[in-house]
Amino acid sequence: MGIIKASKLVFEYIRRDEEGNVDSIQTAVDHVDLDVNEGDFIVILGHNGSGKSTLAKQLNALLIPSEGTLWVEGKDTKERENVRDVRRTAGMVFQNPDNQIIASVVEEDVGFGPENLGVPTEEIWKRVEESLTSVGMLKFRRHSPNKLSGGQKQRVAIAGVMAMEPKCIVLDEPTAMLDPNGRREVLSAVHELNRKKGITVILITHYMEEAVDADYIYVMDEGKVVMEGLPKEIFSQVEELKRHRLDVPQATLLAYELKKAGLPLPDGILTRQELAEELERCYVNYTK
Amino acid sequence: MLRDITLGQYYPADSPVHKLDPRVKLFGALVYIVSLFVFRGIFGFLLATIFLLFLIKICQVPFRFMVKGLKPIVILMVFTAVFNLFLTPGKQVLFHYGILTITMEGVKNAAFMLVRLTYLIVGTSVMTLTTTPNQLTDGLEKALKPLSKVGVPVHAVSMMMSIALRFIPILIEETDIIMKAQMARGADFEEGSLIVRAKNMIPLLVPLFISAFRRADDLAMAMEARCYEGGEGRSKMRPLSYRRMDYGAYLLLFSYLGGIIALRVFL
Ligand SMILES: Nc1ncnc2c1ncn2[C@@H]1O[C@H](COP(=O)(O)OP(=O)(O)OP(=O)(O)O)[C@@H](O)[C@H]1O
Ligand SMILES: [Mg+2]
Repeated sequence: MGIIKASKLVFEYIRRDEEGNVDSIQTAVDHVDLDVNEGDFIVILGHNGSGKSTLAKQLNALLIPSEGTLWVEGKDTKERENVRDVRRTAGMVFQNPDNQIIASVVEEDVGFGPENLGVPTEEIWKRVEESLTSVGMLKFRRHSPNKLSGGQKQRVAIAGVMAMEPKCIVLDEPTAMLDPNGRREVLSAVHELNRKKGITVILITHYMEEAVDADYIYVMDEGKVVMEGLPKEIFSQVEELKRHRLDVPQATLLAYELKKAGLPLPDGILTRQELAEELERCYVNYTK
Repeated sequence: MLRDITLGQYYPADSPVHKLDPRVKLFGALVYIVSLFVFRGIFGFLLATIFLLFLIKICQVPFRFMVKGLKPIVILMVFTAVFNLFLTPGKQVLFHYGILTITMEGVKNAAFMLVRLTYLIVGTSVMTLTTTPNQLTDGLEKALKPLSKVGVPVHAVSMMMSIALRFIPILIEETDIIMKAQMARGADFEEGSLIVRAKNMIPLLVPLFISAFRRADDLAMAMEARCYEGGEGRSKMRPLSYRRMDYGAYLLLFSYLGGIIALRVFL
């Protein structure tokens, strides 16, 4: 069993009126199965309201499944006594960088998680230093988070999670509020953690470009996992993606249109680089 | 205007004042405030001035940061000074016109009041600028620890304070942004009667409150995700324990307070 496994996961938001009678039920996550292996870089894609955040919050035991079971490192998140272990194993980074930084100094914020876990003082400082280094923010350790850029704040938030030494981090649209530079900064930090420290990453996003390097992709729509597979497999199904109101990376889209127009291009081109190479090959073949 | 509020802003540096235990600084601020209302006469004033200058010198915070805190209360200071100037009865009349009378005592009172207010703000800024909000609340928490025995939620209150301090600049900035957005649509926050102006504040306050509640919700979730479960079982990044310099600082504070009191009693 992988580090995260979900079986027929269902989550319902139940709205009640004043008397406590059920007013409406919104099924935000609908029979989702996941199986994530340690060290993987997983991307979850989906249109607004497709249930991505609801799923993410369950991975951290912030929400408890209405039906089905979710295991994090073999521990059922439904059991009250597992909650702390689950949160230690799967750290969580949220969308708004301002609303997840607790302290007024960077290093104090990074130390917040370890403090909560009761880690001894010297060990906290060691972890703070290590995790700030791992996201390239060590030189800002004494700064106020208010004076940092969005990308830097988000990296501090990631360091705050890393200091709890999780095996997995779940990032819920960490780049949605950032400019292109900030997005690149954050993504390269996350990729580096995955590569160098073997941290399992579950990245939720609706920027297709961020999904290109994933080991595996899940696409969600209306609470269900509607597609899953390797990036090449997912992005070769342009029509299917469009049906779920998702875009494809620009290079992929261009390749798709060119192919439709008659050029002999393969499916599943993901980057500009690949597209350029394939086009060159076409050209060479053509001139021959 | 809103950005001038320096409340809860920390200025990072490596000075001896920065390194003091926050409890010493809290107590020091208290002592200094008390001394400002105890001192009398020119020698007391000199002592309070020298003490403040000494603090400013060793805390390595640029002077302009300290006086920045004064800007928002300039009006209050002018009012206090004017009231003192004209409304202090006294024997030695300097100036008299209609109902306006300025006495020597009035001039003195006004001057001392200005000095007191200025020193009060600058003195407390020394504390807030050299202590991170977390340290401050840690200090408060530890100093008030005995109260938790009688059921006062000391940890929760100090956690709330430190979060409030963290979000003050963010909410101020947000107010600024909303204000500008409303002004761009023709809202006017400066003109009209008090009632009109209060009414004009509504489109400012509503979005501000909504956003504050959303932030609170998000933050609570982020704290929970990082295993925060209240004060129980937490360790500290900076456990508070007095060192030699802290005792030295206490000694200095007590001698200062003693000096002020002695000057008042014996001169
Ligand atoms: N607290 C809540 N109470 C009731 N319904 C909710 C709540 N939070 C989300 N929902 C509903 O659940 C569904 C899934 O929401 P969710 O936030 O998980 O989507 P998402 O994929 O994260 O969307 P986005 O891309 O906008 O972040 C939506 O239809 C939403 O309206
Ligand atoms: Mg979401």
